[in-house]
Amino acid sequence: MSFPDAGALADHSEPKSDLRLWLAKNASQLALAPSVVIVLVVIYGFMVWTGVISLTASKMLPNYSFVGLAQYGRLWSNPIWQIAVSNIFIFGFLFIGFSTAIGLALAILIDQKIRAEGFLRTVYLYPMALSFIVTGTAWKWILNPGLGLERMLHMWGWESFRFDWLVNTEYAIYTLVIAGVWQSSGFVMALFLAALRGIDEDLVKAARLDGAGATQIYRRIIIPQLGPTFMTVGVILMQQAVKSFDLVVALTSGGPGNSTNLPATFMYTQTFGRDQMAVGAASAIMILMTVAAIVVPYLYIDIRNNRNER
Amino acid sequence: MSADAIILQRGASHQVARIFIYVCLILFAAVYLMPLLVVVLTSVKDLDDIRNGSILSLPQRVTFEPWRQAWSEACIGLRCAGLRDFFINSVAMIVPSVAISTAVGAINGYALTQWKFRGADLIFAILLFGVFIPFQIILIPMARTLGAIGVANTMVGLIMVHVVYGIPFTTLFFRNFFLSLPSDLVKAARVDGAGFYQTLWRVILPISIPCFVVSIIWQFTNIWNDFIFGTTFTSGENVPVTVALNNVVNTTTGVKAYNVDMASVVMTALPTLAIYVFAGRYFLRGLMAGSIKG
Repeated sequence: MSFPDAGALADHSEPKSDLRLWLAKNASQLALAPSVVIVLVVIYGFMVWTGVISLTASKMLPNYSFVGLAQYGRLWSNPIWQIAVSNIFIFGFLFIGFSTAIGLALAILIDQKIRAEGFLRTVYLYPMALSFIVTGTAWKWILNPGLGLERMLHMWGWESFRFDWLVNTEYAIYTLVIAGVWQSSGFVMALFLAALRGIDEDLVKAARLDGAGATQIYRRIIIPQLGPTFMTVGVILMQQAVKSFDLVVALTSGGPGNSTNLPATFMYTQTFGRDQMAVGAASAIMILMTVAAIVVPYLYIDIRNNRNER
Repeated sequence: MSADAIILQRGASHQVARIFIYVCLILFAAVYLMPLLVVVLTSVKDLDDIRNGSILSLPQRVTFEPWRQAWSEACIGLRCAGLRDFFINSVAMIVPSVAISTAVGAINGYALTQWKFRGADLIFAILLFGVFIPFQIILIPMARTLGAIGVANTMVGLIMVHVVYGIPFTTLFFRNFFLSLPSDLVKAARVDGAGFYQTLWRVILPISIPCFVVSIIWQFTNIWNDFIFGTTFTSGENVPVTVALNNVVNTTTGVKAYNVDMASVVMTALPTLAIYVFAGRYFLRGLMAGSIKG
């Protein structure tokens, strides 16, 4: 490392310059400085920049004539944005609900001293290693009406089976839920399993001596203790849902029509496809505010709790 | 629960419960594995075979022709040269992005914990928010900035973006790891007169190999799987393999070659799947660490 060798500075034989002493004393801050500057610029600075653009009349290129909040008005009166917002509620609610429920169920089942635990965990978790583009493409093939699942069940003798959600304006949003839950529930399982393994056994033993059955033990003793894990899972899945972009692009491209647009895909198409940069920036600000509303209180609580523990 | 399983301990109903548990677990495992199986099966069938069978039927004759086509002939828009060049793009992108972001994360984490100074917690909080920002908020300014400094639509630009937005994650990993180390190690080194970088190099690095592994795997997976940066900041021949995959699948000229699409899917997924299979433990640790914990 070509940095000034601070070790040599501590050597008492040499008289040293004030500069070198100062460098050695502040090595820690100096090492962090580049990252802090970069993050201040490309995260916080860029946020402000996007905010500024959202107040202008920018179309294909930034244009700094200010129009106040007009773009937010245009955003909220845009029917595609309205679809995207109602979609994020449907998608977010179902995606979080099913991922949490399935993840918790799998964790409880795996926690019953079963054989081949390692193998099963590996199977449940592997989708997480894949790109949403990969899983989206795979599910697009499976859900392809006429070639995928539908045809398979026909060939297995269930002739009347229909499954055309992928190309159905009303149901296409639910195919995003299927692929999303498939991708994320294994991770939720891992988080819950870690929490289950950390629960105090004496409580469970005591409850069993009192004659409590398995259902009661889970309902009364174990699940209530998983509160913090539920919160972690909820926050992670929520911000994942709000940011969802790749999955939509790969699975439905926002279609049929605009029926599966989410805020993140709306932002992209307005900005880079339809030359409505200011509207795109306004939608990005809405996305940021949503994520911040979820994450900031969580981080605040988390950091405060950690400080109290120390 | 290390002692006993909780669900039904007693008598004959015990057997029934055990069977129920295994049936559930195996059914779920089948559902999770199904897409992978379908994709791999489809990638080794010819088109007639696909038309005549179902997604789960075994190929009449295994052919690797779709794989060859996906690698070197598949069309992306009007250009029919396969995924090869884009795969190479991703490899060229992954090595510097992972190396630089991990190295910087290690230095940051060390500075924030072992050579603590007043305000270190505040600086950590400032960095931490970067883990959660929705990338939509930075796309427009970043596109403008990359253009202004002359690296728009280049791998160099994309690498810079991945390094910058990787730093909050890697800093988080290393900070949490270094917090768990006894502070006496560094104190002793400082008493002996070792400086900041000397202590890092001689004392800290040798014992942080596990954290490096986690950070490298996490960064590799995230950057390889990225789509939004790749699709926003690069185009044409400069895109990474995930973007190329999406373009292969959505190229509409000619007969739809589902087998080639699926071979492309497997190829794009292979590097991260391989890492997951060989280093799953570290992958999980990365997920859990990246998932929160300030």
